Amino acid sequence: MQVAAAPSTREELGSALAAAAEAGTPVRFRGGGTKQVWAPAAPAGTVELSTAGLAEIVEHNAGDLTAVLGVGVPLAEAQALFAKEGQRLALDPPDGGATIGGVVASGDTGPLRGRYGGPRDLVVGMRVALSDGTLAKSGGKVIKNVAGYDIAKLFAGSFGTLGAIVEVSVRLHPVAPETATAVGEARNAEELARGAGAVGRSPLEHHGIDVRWRGGRGAVLARFAGATPRPQAEAAAKLLSAEGLATEIVDDDEPLWDEQRAAQRGPLVLKVSSLPTRLPELLRTADELGGSVVGRAALGLSWLRLEEASAQAVEQLRRDFIAAVQDRPPDLDVDPAGPIDEGVRTLMARVKERFDPAGVCV
Amino acid sequence: MDGGEVELLAELSAAVGAEHVVTHEHQLRTYESDGLLQYAVTPRAVVLPGSTAEVQAVVRACHRAGVPWVARGAGSGLSGGATPVAEGLLISLSRMRSIVEVDLANQRVVVEPGVTNIAVSQAVGPDHFYPPDPSSQIVCTIGGNVAENSGGAHCFKYGFTTNYVSGLDVVLPDGSEVTLGGPELDHPGYDLVGAFVGSEGTLGIATRIWLRVIPKPEDVRTLVAFFGSTVQAGEVVSRIVSEGIVPGAIEMMDNLSIRAAEGATNAGYPVDAGAALVVELDGSEAECETRFEHVKELCGEADSVRVAQDDEERELIWRARKAAFAAMGRIAPNYYVQDSVIPRTKLAEVLGQIEELAGEHELQVANVFHAGDGNLHPLVCYDGAKPGEAERAEELAGLIVKACVDAGGSITGEHGVGVDKKRYMPSMFDEADLATFQRLRCAFDPHGRANPGKVMPTPRLCGEVPGPYRRHPLEQAGVAERF
Repeated sequence: MQVAAAPSTREELGSALAAAAEAGTPVRFRGGGTKQVWAPAAPAGTVELSTAGLAEIVEHNAGDLTAVLGVGVPLAEAQALFAKEGQRLALDPPDGGATIGGVVASGDTGPLRGRYGGPRDLVVGMRVALSDGTLAKSGGKVIKNVAGYDIAKLFAGSFGTLGAIVEVSVRLHPVAPETATAVGEARNAEELARGAGAVGRSPLEHHGIDVRWRGGRGAVLARFAGATPRPQAEAAAKLLSAEGLATEIVDDDEPLWDEQRAAQRGPLVLKVSSLPTRLPELLRTADELGGSVVGRAALGLSWLRLEEASAQAVEQLRRDFIAAVQDRPPDLDVDPAGPIDEGVRTLMARVKERFDPAGVCV
Repeated sequence: MDGGEVELLAELSAAVGAEHVVTHEHQLRTYESDGLLQYAVTPRAVVLPGSTAEVQAVVRACHRAGVPWVARGAGSGLSGGATPVAEGLLISLSRMRSIVEVDLANQRVVVEPGVTNIAVSQAVGPDHFYPPDPSSQIVCTIGGNVAENSGGAHCFKYGFTTNYVSGLDVVLPDGSEVTLGGPELDHPGYDLVGAFVGSEGTLGIATRIWLRVIPKPEDVRTLVAFFGSTVQAGEVVSRIVSEGIVPGAIEMMDNLSIRAAEGATNAGYPVDAGAALVVELDGSEAECETRFEHVKELCGEADSVRVAQDDEERELIWRARKAAFAAMGRIAPNYYVQDSVIPRTKLAEVLGQIEELAGEHELQVANVFHAGDGNLHPLVCYDGAKPGEAERAEELAGLIVKACVDAGGSITGEHGVGVDKKRYMPSMFDEADLATFQRLRCAFDPHGRANPGKVMPTPRLCGEVPGPYRRHPLEQAGVAERF
């Protein structure tokens, strides 16, 4: 892929995009470059526009728990700044080098999703550049706002196919002083799902219920955060024990969750959208395919990791589940998004045509 | 009545049954306004479909006849979003009130649009609840909540309608039906659910809605603290939030609101207090206990603090807050309610400006607000019977909105733009922004038949192929408006 000059302002990014559109050249946007394989192969002659030059942290309004970030700001850099005020942007996907733009455009999330939602839920305003040269904004920088259409949600997870995200306003959250995690080891898929379900339906205010699974065994991780998280973790451990899981409580729990995050990456990773009660079925399929799973049990979102990539495995999984291919070898010939109903595809095409009339954002 | 209209009405009657097509003038009057009575328009007819297929038949008939339409839930909205159009139909979803499925194992509920907000929480109680809770939750419908992206007192902690909708069956303006999302999160493709929620009925009609519900918190603690001024109370709000405490609800009322609400409810609020701050924490017992003690300490400078000892006392504290709008009749015969949002840290500054502006206009403004997220509800009180006062009130309301936007806020936090606030849209969005909004609308509704005249400040059409927006030379010279 040809790399165009890196723009350093949103106007320059907009002009570069418009120029490519005028010439009919397909364009891709590149942030940290950590998820390039998540998109289909780019057509020949595609030009890459880097967002690295738009890396200004425009505002951090600590008192209002909001921030405005240039699209190319590395997420870790923004988090380091927010941390000084005891705050964070509650997005914790696994990549160290990802930019805020890449995380938003791919809709990538980590374990904090269970409590705080994903990019769609935390972005409160957005500036975009469209292929016809338009620079526009939607939303604002307050956390509550229903003025105008929610263009930011449309662009979150759109992989840059409607235009370029150039700036985002985000809602921040305070970092809880203490955390504790109840871990329950399960010997079979049903036990695991029962344990996760029992905690998920309890009134305990969890900061994420994750599962991990490999080779017929797994664990439930129920995390609690706040001023006094341990009593809740103990209560969760009781619920897990009652379902037959072997439990312990981990106070210094960060490494556990780093592992959960890390397991969302691999040679072939499929993100599965399902329902909590279908977890055992998914875990059995994972066993059949020889893969491992981590997931946000209460949300019904799971990441299936396979050590050996095969298009056949993707096809097999998609017979029963909605699954997007994330990490993959670049030469593995699969459609990353997976099948989309015709009615939705038609509507998506109409949206695409309006936002990217030149059809160059690929 | 012309031939085309007779034909359309016959088609509608065939689709939904003649008894569900309203054409009598006096019956149509019932539907001429929503919760914002300043706007009243009599529609050509009102149709009440009872199923997705009937909605489809109605919308398809309108599509063929080139007739615009407005969808309506309970009609409790406060932005005129369900104000009918004179040349069009009003499609009431009030007959579609089935709770289709309650799946607590997966914490999902499927409802038709006419189901009330409170009915969802009732259907999943006592162990679960549906968090968005607009004040009108007893009557307002989920279909209306989806259209407006409704919030409520608890949204600072729990989020808005958009955070709880995972899927929608939508009848598009051409009469076709499409399922966006579903029971699962993160369906492949664009987040059209996210684009649809909050689109104020301009993209289509949701006929089936998948919602997430969550477990009810173990414990709830509520207090109300009374301060000498809203500035003092505002400082406490800032301190609570900066300590990392996220209250389930944190609401403030100023003296005028306190006086009106107390007169109506006898909730025991001191009528000489400058501000009342209601703080409610929910969550685990241990967490509530620790945090609540902390909140009490932070309220140390209050003139008095009342802690609810049981549900009855909690209800009493909330009764005054919830009655505040309705009680304004005690202050003045009429009022304008605004819904602006400001960054919370600008509270003292903006309240000062509002007070000054109210003085200049010789009118009273009562302030009731969701303090956590900076959503103000200034109530501009006036007497419509006094010549010129309504106009003065309207001008004052506009200046208050402007002050909020200038402070970095928004013209609306939860009521929507509708017809009432569309004139303020240019204060937040420039022409390129508005034209970009229009692209989304055109993708769903190229003929502009769904709730026309709402959201956008000026009417606009959809071109076949949207070209780049270029300012006309005359416009550039400042001699002509684009529309």
